[in-house]
Amino acid sequence: MNDDEIVPVSHVAEGETLLEITGLRIEATAYPPGEPPQEIVIVDGVSLSLKKGKVLGLIGESGAGKSTIGLSSMAYGRGGVRLTAGDIVLNGQEIRAAGPGVLRRLRGKVVTYVAQSAAASFNPSRKLMDQVIETTVAARGVSRSQAEARAVTLFRKLGLPDPERIGKRYPHQVSGGQLQRVMTAMALCPEPELVIFDEPTTALDVTTQIDVLAAIKEAIADTGVAALYITHDLAVVAQVSDEIMVLRHGKMVEHGTTDQIINAPRENYTRDLVSVRSIDHEEKAPVGETVLKVEGITARYSGLKRDILSDVSVALHPGQTLAVVGESGSGKSTLARVITGLLPPSAGKVTFSGRELSPALNGRSRDDLRELQMIYQMADVAMNPRQTVKTIIGRPLEFYFGMKGKQRDARVAELLEEIELGQGFADRYPAELSGGQKQRVCIARALAAEPKVIICDEVTSALDPLVADGILKLLLKLQREEDVAYLFITHDIATVRAIADSIAVMYQGKVQRYGPKSEVLAPPFDAYTDLLLSSVPEMRLGWLEEVVENRRMESAGH
Amino acid sequence: MMRIPLSALIGLILTSVYFLAAIFAGWLAPYGMAEVVGDVWEPSSAEHWLGTDSIGRDLLTRMIYGGQITIFVATAATILSFVTGSILGFTAAVAGGWVDQALSRMVDLIMSIPALIFALVVLSVMPVTMPVLIAVMGLIESTRVFRLSRAVAADIVVMDYVEAARLRGEGSAWVIFREILPNALSPLVAEAGLRFIFMVLFISTLSFLGLGVQPPLADWGGIVKENKEGIVYGIAAALYPAVAIATLAISVNLVADWILNRTTSLKGGRG
Repeated sequence: MNDDEIVPVSHVAEGETLLEITGLRIEATAYPPGEPPQEIVIVDGVSLSLKKGKVLGLIGESGAGKSTIGLSSMAYGRGGVRLTAGDIVLNGQEIRAAGPGVLRRLRGKVVTYVAQSAAASFNPSRKLMDQVIETTVAARGVSRSQAEARAVTLFRKLGLPDPERIGKRYPHQVSGGQLQRVMTAMALCPEPELVIFDEPTTALDVTTQIDVLAAIKEAIADTGVAALYITHDLAVVAQVSDEIMVLRHGKMVEHGTTDQIINAPRENYTRDLVSVRSIDHEEKAPVGETVLKVEGITARYSGLKRDILSDVSVALHPGQTLAVVGESGSGKSTLARVITGLLPPSAGKVTFSGRELSPALNGRSRDDLRELQMIYQMADVAMNPRQTVKTIIGRPLEFYFGMKGKQRDARVAELLEEIELGQGFADRYPAELSGGQKQRVCIARALAAEPKVIICDEVTSALDPLVADGILKLLLKLQREEDVAYLFITHDIATVRAIADSIAVMYQGKVQRYGPKSEVLAPPFDAYTDLLLSSVPEMRLGWLEEVVENRRMESAGH
Repeated sequence: MMRIPLSALIGLILTSVYFLAAIFAGWLAPYGMAEVVGDVWEPSSAEHWLGTDSIGRDLLTRMIYGGQITIFVATAATILSFVTGSILGFTAAVAGGWVDQALSRMVDLIMSIPALIFALVVLSVMPVTMPVLIAVMGLIESTRVFRLSRAVAADIVVMDYVEAARLRGEGSAWVIFREILPNALSPLVAEAGLRFIFMVLFISTLSFLGLGVQPPLADWGGIVKENKEGIVYGIAAALYPAVAIATLAISVNLVADWILNRTTSLKGGRG
């Protein structure tokens, strides 16, 4: 069998059109509970064309259809999604309605895919090398040793440690960032014409993201493949792509060169995306009594041999925001658990409005609990799916203030107004809310207790940039109105810049740098803070190269 | 209007026929429960649709009252096992630590003894009355419910909304009944159907062995026992209650399957 007859490999020369999608329409059948099935249109009338050796960035918020469009370039519809109209021409062949035989020779060979979560995409019971070369051996008819040699070359090119032997490890034996690079190697190994990168760095820490990003960019340039780069982060896509297409609700908003999209966006929506996180926040000087003071906290989880937190001391002033930043594993969420009493520390104390808090949760008075509230990262699991918004917000009112009936309902309505949702939301269940609305309800639940301090644990990291922006603005507004203090845990420096009054940078369980925002964010930096600050993608071209050139400390390759 | 699959429809119809017959036994039964109305083992006739039993009582009447007793005992024991099993299971999952250990190991201990043998031993030293029967069956089967509800609750306890309730200072009762129970309900409802079938089989077995419902009252297992000698002479009286036990078990199972499929499937049971 000669595969090349069906989908010729390397038949397209540099600079010629490799992929041409015109008028693509993608539909699916939705099953709303209690109603007849409905046909919904996911993507409508999208056209794009990609030349060999070029990178096209697809950008948009969740639900914009970017992953669906990406997958359509290998004529695949995930989860029963149907490609109902339009042409998808790859290498001069129309593939939308192609039969399974043609597609089988296409996927994993001519077009490959890099998924968002490498950890969930690898088979945990097989060694990395076996998985990386599987399609290469099967689809290309290359010998095993040849394929392995190519994989090792790619491992080296992608900057993986110990490229000769890393393939002998299992997926859980390498870090998340390394696994993502192994996956990129897997996609590049069969020498494809087109690689689809579906949010390859979204799940990574900023300091790791930069390495993966640089590795991907270099690999694309070296191998000369074309790529579709899907992400919701415009700053990231600006670093790797030649052209950008902005999508919203399954339709194209704007398409242009990277330079034009970033520097001269034509559409309002694109302009919003470009100017996201430009909240101006005047830093407040630390004044008066501290409301929350953490002194010399050392803590570890039972069964662990090392401390997660060692000698952590920070303080928070009324009506101000302390941002705790660091990458995953730095102990920032553990600090929140210690403050809330979920994890009693082995040393140190927490002082709250002048009184020392009991280290364990059940030793605290109801007022202590009321005045210290918490908002979670994942709003969908922070609310009981079987309770209505009214119950969720009303319960703290009932519990702390004994409000009942009409009085409680009136206060719930007030709180809904405060979080910029209408009264109509009171009878909805969490499943009937969007991600941003869910987070707003969680904020209202915390506010209902009339707290002095709210701990915000990564509250915006699961949200789309524009929605996250709205939440941050709301939090700042509520701070002005209610004079509540925030302990804001995040890994995102842009968020910190937007809202913090003082900052604590955490690294491996220790406070690396602590003080008012202007001091912490002003040089001279220690090596880690420098790495962290410089790793935040900036919305301009050439930023990636600059940073990789200039940074002093290598990220640990996590 | 939702579509009910054929198997579930058959199950629903049979189950409701049995339950309605049990509820309205007093009106439906043509004769008295223990009334001798004819000869021994008369064949079917216009007066006695299913004939008469080993001492000349109307078999249809016995079947209807027997069904009432079977279904009542099984229902009561199922409810008892769910109340004790799920409350203890949820408590174990919420409290954790030594409470969980103590309860779980005790349940392991009870489950290590075969249920039937355990019941026979207990019933041979206790007076065999209806409340004792229900209590013994309910408590033995509650170990199974404990395991399920503890497992389901253990998944829910780690959710952020349970943590949020704890941080608010809520007591265990709120956490169990308001946060966990509503989210654990669907697997428990499906399990209740299966548990009910096991209860029917359990009480029938006990009565057949003579340690269940005592004469002159009888459940279906007891009626099989009373008439089993007839089989030797080609008399079908023992088969009617046996068929009733089997069809009740199967029909409830069909309904339980459907409920489980509807509540656990991601597509709401449509796929």
